[in-house]
Order: sequence, then structure tokens, then C-alpha cells
Amino acid sequence: MYRYDEFDEAFVRDRVAQFRTQVERRLSGALTDDEFKPLRLKNGVYLQLHAYMLRIAVPYGTLSSRQLRQLALIGEKYDRGYGHFTTRQNLQFNWPKLRDVPEILDLLADVEMHCIQTSGNCIRNVTADQFAGVAADEVEDPRPVAELIRQWSSLHPEFDYLPRKFKIAVTGAQHDRAAILAHDIGLRVVMNAAGEIGYELMVGGGLGRTPMIGKVVREFVPKDQLLTYLEALMRVYNLEGRRDNKYKARVKILVHEIGIEEFRARVEAEFAMLDGPSIPADTEELARITAYFAPPAYEKLPAIIPAFEAAKRANPAFAAWVESNTFPHRAPGYTALTISLKPIGKAPGDATSEQMRVVADLAERYSHAEIRVTHHQNLVLPHVKQADIFALWQALGEAGLAEANVGLITDIISCPGLDYCALATARSIPIAQSLQKRFADLSRQRDIGPLNVKISGCINACGHHHVGHIGILGLEKRGEESYQITLGGDATENAAIGEILGPGIVAEEVPAAIERLVGVYLAHRKDGETFIEAVRRLGLAPFKAAFLQEAADAA
Amino acid sequence: MSAPKQTPLPAILLANHLLDGDVVFFTPNGWSRDPREALVAEDRATAEALEAEGVAAFKRQEVVDAYLVDITRDSHGLPVPNHFRERFKVRGPSNRPDLGKQAEFV
Ligand code: SF4
Repeated sequence: MYRYDEFDEAFVRDRVAQFRTQVERRLSGALTDDEFKPLRLKNGVYLQLHAYMLRIAVPYGTLSSRQLRQLALIGEKYDRGYGHFTTRQNLQFNWPKLRDVPEILDLLADVEMHCIQTSGNCIRNVTADQFAGVAADEVEDPRPVAELIRQWSSLHPEFDYLPRKFKIAVTGAQHDRAAILAHDIGLRVVMNAAGEIGYELMVGGGLGRTPMIGKVVREFVPKDQLLTYLEALMRVYNLEGRRDNKYKARVKILVHEIGIEEFRARVEAEFAMLDGPSIPADTEELARITAYFAPPAYEKLPAIIPAFEAAKRANPAFAAWVESNTFPHRAPGYTALTISLKPIGKAPGDATSEQMRVVADLAERYSHAEIRVTHHQNLVLPHVKQADIFALWQALGEAGLAEANVGLITDIISCPGLDYCALATARSIPIAQSLQKRFADLSRQRDIGPLNVKISGCINACGHHHVGHIGILGLEKRGEESYQITLGGDATENAAIGEILGPGIVAEEVPAAIERLVGVYLAHRKDGETFIEAVRRLGLAPFKAAFLQEAADAA
Repeated sequence: MSAPKQTPLPAILLANHLLDGDVVFFTPNGWSRDPREALVAEDRATAEALEAEGVAAFKRQEVVDAYLVDITRDSHGLPVPNHFRERFKVRGPSNRPDLGKQAEFV
């Protein structure tokens, strides 16, 4: 994992000291609210419905046991004993007091963490494939380049006041687990015909009010030209992105308005004028960063562990959990293990301080003290020996963390919605809970198979509803909460925006409506066909009919 | 430009405490964290006085985001916001009855 050098350390400490005096000046009246608000936002402090909210950056979703323990401590000491993992792989605390935030930031700095650029119109925390560095289908670990982009974009003087926020996601694999086509920039590590490693760049993806799928802007950027190319691209956006209307200010709108060819031409023209980036990274620095991501020293293990196979045969519940929650590791005898933060009936992505400590301890014991946060709001232990999985499963079970539902219908993405969020138009957590209860039966979930349900509490789409196989968007209709259902969204390399099935329905009708959609799939699926594959083959019509039938019955 | 929409009456004044972030209500005795103590404006003059209090407290660096919320009195005479958004703001997260005002003041 990356470790701060003395410059990183001094930079983060300085920011904490600055924020401490900013809070003091706000209290004395030396700073007005209008002056203070952007400062607090640049440090991840939002004001929500019930309290302030602190958003902590988890760079490319990688955490150490030590860091997770510190988050547990902060949750206990300054919050209500829990935190919320988000679709941007960050952690949010829902109840911090402004008076405590400087102290919290100091505690974060102690473990090389911060909240810088988790808000505001700047380049936000770079997100990544949660299996980066361990996935068998990967060209190269994308995290060194994510760290490089993080350092380059932190307080970048030119890109600190962009027209709007800017989100970058990276992957090193062909199969996209990081939703890179739903980001302002998606970066994929690729190898060209000559065997050189470089980057494919996508631009103009994004969700929210105007959902768009990213388009390829350059198929191959050589490694040493990445920052230069990014600088050219950001400069085009910074100069030409719209600042007159915040709903049209994201780069996706610029790309859409002028077309990808024209956008590419402008970036290439800018690129041709640059003699390297204005803030260059020398090769030595890149090598220094990369060294931190060297894989841990794996033991030489056989690919099949007889005791592990026997444990699965003897214990069907364990076998079911292994089937849904483990992922093939590139090292023989190892596995990457997903810990579901979606136990039936709990808020998706929430973890108590106690659970964070359990995970931190288990990671230390079984996974080289490393944890990943997924954009699906789950946690991953990336380097687990198969021989240890059974013991891990038992320990997780005691902490209420052994739900065997990863990728299944109850592994729901949900934003905080109106239970916490000041921007929300409706609640999302209770919708997730009612669906989890409806589909709680695990054998039924397994029969239904892979199905992503994603819920947002407003059009901002933090819950990625547009790219859910089933998307649910909470709106207000005539003074009531109302839910719009979409179908056919996809967040992978087959990215697609879901289509609206019909008029909004009330919360109580949502589980039955989803049941009806699942029913169409079960009735029509071919052997081995997943839900989303069936939707693609059958088209919207049969699902729409079932959905509208439901709405008519309820009317 | 159209005139800003007037909050229907009766109404209460709520805000977030600047230092704590907690939701606070204006009461006959100043600001309180307890929604049951909220001063209810039944007439326009009181509502305007409440709004002026919100502006003054904002200027004194005590609260942020102060605004009037129209309410109905429940069977105990306690104010309940008419819009569901403010009902959550006054109670707390609906999925966590152990947190927020609903846990503290019943
Ligand atoms: S989607 Fe809307 S309600 Fe949900 S967290 Fe984002 S802004 Fe809040």
C-alpha cells in the first residue's frame, strides 16, 4: 500500500491546521457563511438533514487494518458508532459535530487519511476495481496510476475550480467492475499490439439528471504521456465546459454538445502544444509509487486445498457463501473474498465500529492487513488463503457479516436518501430493506441469480439507479414519496442506461412490482441466462406489461 | 420575478446549530433541541418575528439554514410538519428509531 512521504504528511497536516482556524474564524464571524461553506466542503464537511456529514476519502478503495481501526475509533468517539460506505468507495459519518471535525481530521492524518477533494468542483477521489492487483483477468494493477492521478490532481492549481465536480475511475481488467463508463473519465490499462502497456481513456460518462455512457477519446495513451494527455483533456473541459448552468456543467454535456470527434480534436490539438505536463511526474517518482503496490509475498500453494473442498461438501451454507462471496485470485491457493455489508434488513453499506474492528483484525490475520471498499458498498479481503476461508467465515458470522448474497438481488446499492440527505426527494434505505425482506430466502435468491438493484433518493443518482439491472429512483409526487422503476441498466463494459417502465409507484408497491419483473424473467429465461441477459433478449415489452399490470391492479 | 412563497400557517422555525449541526427549534425561551418546545406561529406577525429571529441568530453565528415550516398539531397538540421531508428532519432517520430526536424526545 502507498505510504505518505514527508511532503504528503506535511501537506495533510497543514490542511488540518488551516481548517481548525477556518472553523474558529467562522465562529468569531471573521468568515461569513458564504465564505466558510466552500472551505468546509473542500474538506468533506456537508450539512445534511440532522447533522453535519463528513466524507472521508478512501483512495481507490484501499484501506489498511490500521486505517479501518482508526475509522472505527472515530465512529465510536465522535459519531454514533457506525459509518456508511458509499458508491464512490468512501466512508461517510452521519453525525459529527463541526466543533470536533478538526480533531477528527487530525486522527485521520495520523493514519495517512483525509477528506480533501471529497466535495467541490474539483477532481474527486479516484475509484478503482476492488480486485485491482489480484484479479486474474488484469493487464496490470491500476492503483499506481490512480495514486499518480491523486497526487497530480490534489490541489492542482489549474483544476481546482472546474465548471463542476469531476470523477475518475480506473481498471486494469477487461471486465469492468469499477463502472468506468459511468464516470467523467474512465481509464483502462491496456496492452497494444507491440506489447506495450498504456491506457485507454473514456470520457463523458455520468449519471445524475442527464445519464450518459462514456465514449472512447483515445484508444492508447502511452504510460509516460498520461498526465500530459489528462492535462490537455482537463484544460479543454475547464475552458469550454459550461459555467452558466450547473445542470449542464459536467464534461458529459460538453462532449454531447460538440460530439466526441470534435472533443477529441480539441484535446489532441491542446495535447500537441504541450511539452509534457506543467506538473510533471518524473519516472523516479512513478517507480517510487509503483513499488508500494508490489504484491505481498504469497506462499507457494496448491490450487486445490482438500480441507477447503471437504468443508464445502460438509457444510452447504458455507459452500453457498463461498460460491457468491469469493473471487478467483491470480495466485494459486488464494482467493479474494467479499464481505457483504447487506445483511437482510440493515442499511446497505453501513458498518458498526465493532464490525470495522472485526474486519480490521481478520484482515491483519488473513489478508496481509489489507481491505478494499467496493462501489457496491461491500468490503473485500483481497489476499486470503483458501485454507483460511472456513475460519474466516465463522468469525464473520459471529459479527453478522457472513451474508451469502454478493451479486444477488438483496446485494442492493442504496444511497442514504431522505433518511439523511438534505438533497433527497424520497427515502431509499427503507425501500432496500423492504426488498431484502421480500427476497430474504437465500435459495430463492440463488435461483434468481445475479441481479443488481440500485436505489437513489433523488435525481443526483448517487445510488447509480440508471445502471442497475433494476433501478429505483425516489421522487416526490403530489406531496408523497414516489418511486420510478427502470430496467436494463448495466454498469459493466456492456454499460447501458435503464429505461423507465411506467408511472411512479408508492413505496408499499415496490416489492410486488419487483417481484413481478423477476417473475417475467423466471418464466422466460433460457438455460443459464441471467436476468440482464434475458432483459436484453426479450426487450422491455413483457416486463413493462407486467409492471403496468401491477400498477393497474393497485389503482 | 414572482414573490417568494409564503409559508402557510401555523408554522415553526427550525435551523441547524452551527457548531453541532443538530436540528434546533425556536421556542419562547430561545433555541432548543427539543421539537416539543417549538413556538408555533398562528398568525403572520408571529411568523415574521420568527423569521427575523432566524436571520438574527444566523448573523450571531449561532445557527444556519433557518426556515419556517408549516405544521399541523397532533392529538397531543405537538407540532408535526406537513411535508414529509421536515417530518424526518424533526424525528430522525426512519430506519434508525434509536437515533435522532425520536430517540431522545418522545
Ligand atoms: S442520490 Fe440524492 S438523495 Fe441519494 S445521496 Fe445522492 S444527493 Fe442524496
